[in-house]
Amino acid sequence: MSDRMIEVEDLRISFSSAEVVKGVSFEVDRGETFGIVGESGSGKSTVLRAMSGLNENWDGRILFNGEAVPKRRSREFFRKVQMVFQDPFGSLHPRQTIDRILSEILLVNRIGDIDRRINKVLADVALPRTSRFRYPHQLSGGQRQRVAIARALIAEPKVLLLDEPTSALDVSVQAEVLNLLADLREEHGLTYVMVSHNLAVISHLCGRVGVMQHGHMVEQVSVEDLRAGNVSHPHTQELRRLSVGLEDLQDA
Amino acid sequence: MLVDIKNLRIAFTSRGKRFEAVRGISLSLGREKLGIVGESGSGKSLTARALMKLLPKTAEVTADTLRYDDVDVLKASERQMRKIRGGRVGFVLQDPKYSLNPVKTIGSQVDEAWREHKRGSAREAREATLDLLDQVMIRDPKKVYASYPHEVSGGMGQRAMIAMALAPNPELLIADEPTSALDATVQAEILRLINDLVEKRGMGLILISHDLPLVSHFCDRVCVMYSGQIMEEMAASDLMNAQHPYTRGLLNCMPSLMHPRDRLPVLTREDSWQEETAR
Repeated sequence: MSDRMIEVEDLRISFSSAEVVKGVSFEVDRGETFGIVGESGSGKSTVLRAMSGLNENWDGRILFNGEAVPKRRSREFFRKVQMVFQDPFGSLHPRQTIDRILSEILLVNRIGDIDRRINKVLADVALPRTSRFRYPHQLSGGQRQRVAIARALIAEPKVLLLDEPTSALDVSVQAEVLNLLADLREEHGLTYVMVSHNLAVISHLCGRVGVMQHGHMVEQVSVEDLRAGNVSHPHTQELRRLSVGLEDLQDA
Repeated sequence: MLVDIKNLRIAFTSRGKRFEAVRGISLSLGREKLGIVGESGSGKSLTARALMKLLPKTAEVTADTLRYDDVDVLKASERQMRKIRGGRVGFVLQDPKYSLNPVKTIGSQVDEAWREHKRGSAREAREATLDLLDQVMIRDPKKVYASYPHEVSGGMGQRAMIAMALAPNPELLIADEPTSALDATVQAEILRLINDLVEKRGMGLILISHDLPLVSHFCDRVCVMYSGQIMEEMAASDLMNAQHPYTRGLLNCMPSLMHPRDRLPVLTREDSWQEETAR
C-alpha cells in the first residue's frame, strides 16, 4: 500500500465556457492534512466539490488510495470520503432530528448497529446524548457544526473534505471545533483536505498549504516555510503579510 | 455628545416566555471611534438598531436615557427618526449582496440616498454620486455608476454601500460587521477606507464586529459585550492588557500563524458573567 491517500492530477473544471480551475495538481499522504487557501472565486471550493463527487463535470485525474475514481462515484466511495460544509445552518435538514440526519447514511449503505453507532459518534464529537432527538434549530451553531462532523464520521471514512468548517462560527467556538478536528484525526487516522481563506486557521491544522489564485494553484509550501516566510509567489506573500500584520497588532 | 445610552434593555417574548437580550447597557459617544465586540447573540447589533429605532414591534425597548444628540429616541416620531436614519447617521451593513437593491443600478441607489436628504436635481445627484464613488476609491466611477450589484465584486459593492451611507454627509457612521463577508485582502482596504473617511470628515464611528484585534486597530475605545451586557470597556490601545477573563479568553483562543500551538485554549464560560451588574 502506498502512502499516497489522494492524488489530483491536472484537474480542470469549467462552468459553461468559463474555466474556473485550470490544471491543479497536488498529492496528500495518508494521515496528512493539506490546506487550500485563496480568495473567493479562486476555485478552491470547486476543487473540493469535484473531489467529493458533487460535481461530475471535470477533466484530469483524481485518485483516492491509488485508484482513479470515476466521475460518477460508487456508493462505497461515499463511505470512504465525506465532506463537511461551511454553514451548519444550511447543511442540516431543518425538519429532521439529529437521529434521522445521522442514520441516513447508515441506512443508505445498509450498515447495521445504528443505535450504538449514533451514540458513539455523538460521544466522539462531544455532543450530549440528549441532543440525539433534537432538531437542528434547537442547537447552537457550534453544536450544529459538530452534528455535521458527526454525520461525516459515522460511516467511518478515511478522508474528510472540509470546506471552511469554522468560518461561520465565533472564534471561541472555532477553537473548540479545531481542537475536535485535531483529536479526531489522531484517533481515527484520518486524512483531511481543508479549504479556508484564513491563513491562521489553515496553519493551525495543516502541514502543507496550497495557495490558489484565478484557478491556478500558484504555490505549495510547508507550514514551517510559510511561517518563516520562505515563499516565492507574490500572492502567497501578500496573504502572509496580511495575516502577520493582524497578529502583530495583537502582539504590540 | 452624539449618543447617550443609559440602562438600555431589550426584551422579546416568545411563546409566553420573556427573554432579555440586552440587559442594562450604558454607553456614550462623541465624535470618536467606538468598537463594540462580542460573540453572536451578545446583543451588539440590537443595541445599534435600538438607537435608530429599527427593531421590530415585538421588541420591548426600555432605557433611562436613549438619546441621539438632541433627540429622545424613545419618544421620537417616525418622521423625526427618518431624518436621523440615513441623514444624520449612515449605516453600513454586513453583506452588500443582500443590502443593495438587486434590480437597481448602483448609481441610482446612491443618487436616491443623496436626493432623499439633500433635495437636489437629478443632474446634481449624479454629480454628487460620481464624486462619492471616487471618494471611496472606485477607480472607474462612471462604469460602477451604471452597474447592477451582481456585476461588481463584494469589495466594490461594499464601497458602494459606504458611498451611499456617506451621501447625506452624516455625523455618525454605524458599521455592523462591514467586512465579515469579504476576503482578507479586501477587508483591510475597506476598514482603512472607512477609517480615513471618518477621520477626514470628523465623524463619529460605531464599528460592530466579532473580531477583537481588528476592531482595536481601528477604534479609540472598545466595548466588549457578553450575553447582553458590557463586560469591559477600555481604550483600544489597552486591549492586550484586558482584565476581564472573557476578553482574555477571546484573545487567547485565536489560532496564529506565527505562534503555533498544539491545542487552542478553550474559553470556559463562568456563570458569574451572566449575573446582572447594572441593577
